[in-house]
Amino acid sequence: MKSKSLILTLGMSLLLVLLAACGNAEGSENNGDGEESTKEIMVDGSSTVFPIMEAVAEEYQAANPDARVNIGVSGSGGGFEKFIAGETHISNASRPIKEDEKALLEENGIEYTEIEVALDGLSIVVNKENDWVDQLTVEELTKMWSEDGGVKTWADVREGWPEKEIKFYSPGADSGTFDYFSEVVLGDAQIRQDASLSEDDNVLVQGVTGSLNGISYFGYAYYAENKDNLKVVPIVNSDEEAVTPSQETIQSGEYNPFSRPLFIYVKNEALQNDSVYEFTKYTLENAGEMAKAVGYVAKPESKYEEALEKIDELAGK
Amino acid sequence: MSLVDKQVIQNKMSKRSVKNQIMNKLFFSATAFGIVVLIVLLYRVFSEGIGHLDWGFLTNFASRFPEEAGIKAAIVGSLWLMAVTAPVSLLLGVGTAIYLEEYASRNKFTRFIQINISNLAGVPSIVFGLLGLTVFVRLMEMGRSIMAGGLTMSLLILPIIVVSSQEAIRAIPKNQYEASFAMGATKWQTIRRVVLPAAIPGILTGGILALSRAIGETAPLLMIGALSFIAYLPENVWSGFTVLPIQIFNWTGRPQEEFHLVASTGIIILLVILLFMNSIAVIIRNKFSKRF
Repeated sequence: MKSKSLILTLGMSLLLVLLAACGNAEGSENNGDGEESTKEIMVDGSSTVFPIMEAVAEEYQAANPDARVNIGVSGSGGGFEKFIAGETHISNASRPIKEDEKALLEENGIEYTEIEVALDGLSIVVNKENDWVDQLTVEELTKMWSEDGGVKTWADVREGWPEKEIKFYSPGADSGTFDYFSEVVLGDAQIRQDASLSEDDNVLVQGVTGSLNGISYFGYAYYAENKDNLKVVPIVNSDEEAVTPSQETIQSGEYNPFSRPLFIYVKNEALQNDSVYEFTKYTLENAGEMAKAVGYVAKPESKYEEALEKIDELAGK
Repeated sequence: MSLVDKQVIQNKMSKRSVKNQIMNKLFFSATAFGIVVLIVLLYRVFSEGIGHLDWGFLTNFASRFPEEAGIKAAIVGSLWLMAVTAPVSLLLGVGTAIYLEEYASRNKFTRFIQINISNLAGVPSIVFGLLGLTVFVRLMEMGRSIMAGGLTMSLLILPIIVVSSQEAIRAIPKNQYEASFAMGATKWQTIRRVVLPAAIPGILTGGILALSRAIGETAPLLMIGALSFIAYLPENVWSGFTVLPIQIFNWTGRPQEEFHLVASTGIIILLVILLFMNSIAVIIRNKFSKRF
């Protein structure tokens, strides 16, 4: 009767697991919300900001072993949705909060503070063998990337460039990177239909590496990591100077309009909770260094100090 | 005079045997295609990932340094998730199958249910994620816990378990039932002593294959807000959690090449777990299967 004993053992173990589950249900009613429990810190949002927060949390956790830092990656929009629902204390975003999100937060009575934790420089890249593109202006980019810009080959962009069809690679429409690029470059225009979109920036890197006439844009970290295989295009900034993205030019703002801030949004009420306050403080003290470590650019030191003062004030310290 | 015209046979023979040869090669290349792709995949994953595979990888938490990154939280999270998903989905799935096969009368309503179950098996997993988010996370206020994730996963694999359990139950010959009824057994006694013992290999094989799917799913868990970074182990089913596929997904998206290698190491571990679960399914089938 082997099968009978098998059923019995299985049945018993199932029962045990279920009982264990139920037992916990009763014991943890009060910390289900995460609001009352003192140690839990809930962070969610942009996948672009995630590496910075992961690095900060790793260090914080090492320094405070009983801390409970949870970081999710729902994207900037998904993060705000959870922030609005009151499920998180801190929301990461690679774009500023939108008007309708602000309105919903107000409706739910959630006050928040916006903090810029680091900078990123959208890098416009072409193939390594591409020897004709020396610099681009925002107007040229607009012409190239919009659906009705009428650009097919490099010669359509500037005279004297080869008559070879350009291949466009773009981050997916859900990403904050796409949002930022289309706001700066496209305005209200549609992105061209023949652009290949991918949610994975590594695919874009491969696309441009593999095709002589490819062009793409993505976060500075992806360019910095693949420097040897890509050629970055200097962009003409508001002072009519062509600037290459680097730690210095992004931090100083010289590399514009493609330097973009990365944000965290902190719920003011949550700062009354000591562990959230401590974590936010720790983030501001270390974000610059961590941002550099994971491939982003730090903000000037004074900016972090300003934000720290604001946090202290809100927490009543 | 001969009964068969040897000449005609001779003429047709070569054509038929050529056709046979072509079909042979065709089906062989179909098989070979799958195997070659699998070998390429395995080769890539192992050659990239084996270098990072050591004890530390299993016992470290995620880290910004690729060489220190590990999957402790992810493995434990995956196991916790299975501890919720397995009992819930098996109990509900087998229960449903027994009801549909043994108790329910065959009318329009049960046929309607039957069709819906089959359709549910084909629904994209992200839809189950949305359901889990609205029902378990928000409505039932479970938060982004193992419980919510486990229940969502149970729903996802429930149709597979129901259908495979039904198949297993249906495969039992009618004479087994008749013998049992003839002895004066009730329906429940028959189910418990005759049907279930005979169907258990089929049910468990289907169940374990379904659980293997659950352990490799990412989308629904991302939807309900499973975490990506967590540097402590879950204490109970109400804790936040992360699982192996999310951790791997997260690493492959990083700009640093080293993290892609770490992701491959994670894939090796996930493959080992899947292989382990599938072999359990095979062992159960071989050991307990009865022939009628």
